[in-house]
Amino acid sequence: MASSAVAERPKKMTTSVPTTRPTSRSPETPQTPAVAGEVSHVAAEGFHVLYGGRPAVKSVTMNIPPGRVTAIIGPSGCGKSTFLRAINRMNDLIPGCTVQGRLALDGQDLYVPQLDVVALRRKVGMVFQKPNPFPKSIFDNVAYGPRIHGISSRTHLSEIVEQSLSRAGLWDEVKDRQHDNALRLSGGQQQRLCIARALAVDPEVLLMDEPASALDPRSTARVEELIDELSGQYTIIIVTHNMQQAARVSELTAFFYEGELIEFGPTKEIFTKPRQEKTEAYITGRFG
Amino acid sequence: MHLRTRKIIDRSATGIGILAIVVMTAALVVLLAPIFANGTGAFVFRGTAEFRKYQSDRFDRGDREVLTTEKETLRQVRQPVYDLLHKFEHQLKNDDDLDARFGAEFPKLKREVYRLIGPPPGEALSRLERDEYGATRWDRALVQADSIVHVQEDRGLDSHGFSLKVEGPRAARYKGTSLEPMFGYVEMHLAELLRPQWTFYPQFLIDNPQDANFFGGIGPAVLGTIYLTLGAILFAVPMGVITAIYLVEYAGQGRFISLLRTCISTLAGVPSIVFGLFGLAFFINTIHVSPSKSVLAGSLTLGLLILPTIIRASEEALRAVPLAYKEAALSLGAGQWRTILTVILPAALPGILTGIIISMGRAAGETAPIIFTAAVSVGLGVKPWEVFTSPTQALSWNIYNVSTEHEAVDQIRHVQYGMVLTLVVLVLALNLTAVLLRARITRRLSG
Repeated sequence: MASSAVAERPKKMTTSVPTTRPTSRSPETPQTPAVAGEVSHVAAEGFHVLYGGRPAVKSVTMNIPPGRVTAIIGPSGCGKSTFLRAINRMNDLIPGCTVQGRLALDGQDLYVPQLDVVALRRKVGMVFQKPNPFPKSIFDNVAYGPRIHGISSRTHLSEIVEQSLSRAGLWDEVKDRQHDNALRLSGGQQQRLCIARALAVDPEVLLMDEPASALDPRSTARVEELIDELSGQYTIIIVTHNMQQAARVSELTAFFYEGELIEFGPTKEIFTKPRQEKTEAYITGRFG
Repeated sequence: MHLRTRKIIDRSATGIGILAIVVMTAALVVLLAPIFANGTGAFVFRGTAEFRKYQSDRFDRGDREVLTTEKETLRQVRQPVYDLLHKFEHQLKNDDDLDARFGAEFPKLKREVYRLIGPPPGEALSRLERDEYGATRWDRALVQADSIVHVQEDRGLDSHGFSLKVEGPRAARYKGTSLEPMFGYVEMHLAELLRPQWTFYPQFLIDNPQDANFFGGIGPAVLGTIYLTLGAILFAVPMGVITAIYLVEYAGQGRFISLLRTCISTLAGVPSIVFGLFGLAFFINTIHVSPSKSVLAGSLTLGLLILPTIIRASEEALRAVPLAYKEAALSLGAGQWRTILTVILPAALPGILTGIIISMGRAAGETAPIIFTAAVSVGLGVKPWEVFTSPTQALSWNIYNVSTEHEAVDQIRHVQYGMVLTLVVLVLALNLTAVLLRARITRRLSG
């Protein structure tokens, strides 16, 4: 099941010019700035997430376009992380968590019983708030994904590891100590390692849950640069507390408040002329 | 509360803590010091010529030429003793008066002398090995010599009504007889009679015991303990770790699961003798894993005994694995089983290993569970292919046996202490391994 994607990996990875990610299902992806809802990679329709019956995400309808960086902002407890984790079904880990409505990736409903969660998570990578490398070597961390998807050839793995680390901008720093324990890296390096690890399985979508909130400003800047470099190649959805960060890295911004999607549009518009009063109140710092 | 009161309370708490540690350390020293001091006596001691002779006869150890020379020297030194004994014995037969006085006592005395320096060639008192050799250890020889040279005489009751016993030279009793010079001779020439030498006897750990532990080592017991411990681990570790994985990763919070947990906790508190009886009733009498006591039945029983500990330790270790590792693995597309195998188990390994090794110490030391299922007090070392049918000696059981049920407990103190030391060192070594292994893995995991 993994073999076809695996076989075409080297070809894809060596593409020198970053282009909009060629997904077979959306070849008509426009190069003009996307308008929310135009062509969707991830689509939510009246989507609810409930924790033991209490709604955390309420009736969200939004279409996240492919190959762009979409930021989700909002005050704590607004459901933005819950929504993000619904996309790769990480919420399955939480007992009592249920969903209503429809959430789809490339038109495929993610909450039908016959869905292969493992296959979904191959397509949707995730980077967490706190860097969480495994207590293994740098190499083994990056190779973890490819290995579980059936790649065992050492040369092939080294190739993938090098390419993923290069993409995450970490290769030059760690190429001579790939077999050191990943936990010896600095926090910022660890987070970029986690990004490399997520890239190593060649996902289509990259979910980032406040990826820089545990990092110092310098490492944060490095991670933001990286997001910028990766945009266009992956559909990136980033949850952030930091509005400057959202403004800097994203093309589209969604504002969540109390579980509802208040406003979704091009980042520039959201930050300069928001249509909703709540959005304006939030970005001007009147609450949150 | 006043700052002052708080400080006083804090300080007294610290003081009590330190005191507790000091008391515990002292108790440990008081316990371990005699074990180490006396236990080493089984391995390092002043062995007599009789020891060397025995080792040569039975285990073919030592330089034969040197031993032959020594034998000749000894014969010359000992001959006067034998001569005096024979002469007196001869007189005893012909003199009714003398026979009336010493007829009852003399055979015992002769036996004691033979036990000290060995019988003259071809004149063993019985077919027991202990009657063919003299004292093999110098410390025993001194006690033995003392019981020959001195005698306790009953002097009736003292003024408080206690029986009064006075120790006096036995030579005085034999004054005027032909045997009188023997006592002085033995006392004077004891070292020449036995030629003590400092001896290192590491084979104590592997030699078979001979003549009910009077000679030889504790090999079968050491071997048995190793078999039983390994067997218990082989049985309990897979079961325990899999159970823990189930409880942590798969089981929900249902009533049945909490009942199960309670059962496991209760199992940990069941007295070990009950496990022993259960092992007999279930493994041997009901499912017939072996026709009678066997290493296998003992291992299974011990395994059952340590199972709760292993489950508990593994459960805690698994729960302590950061959720972040699990999330990371799942987000990369690993299935649950794969996540457990590649991420969670390796991260929990130090804790699980600690549990396992502590349990090994416990299994090695337990006595009650193997009494009915595996342990016997005599027998040769069990061969690896006999473990399914053959019972075995084991240190824990044999310590009890040679300390309480042996016909001559006070003559084999060195064996008792040697066994205790071996067991204590075994358990301490296991615990030390646990600590080191844990430190090593933790270091690897934390970078």
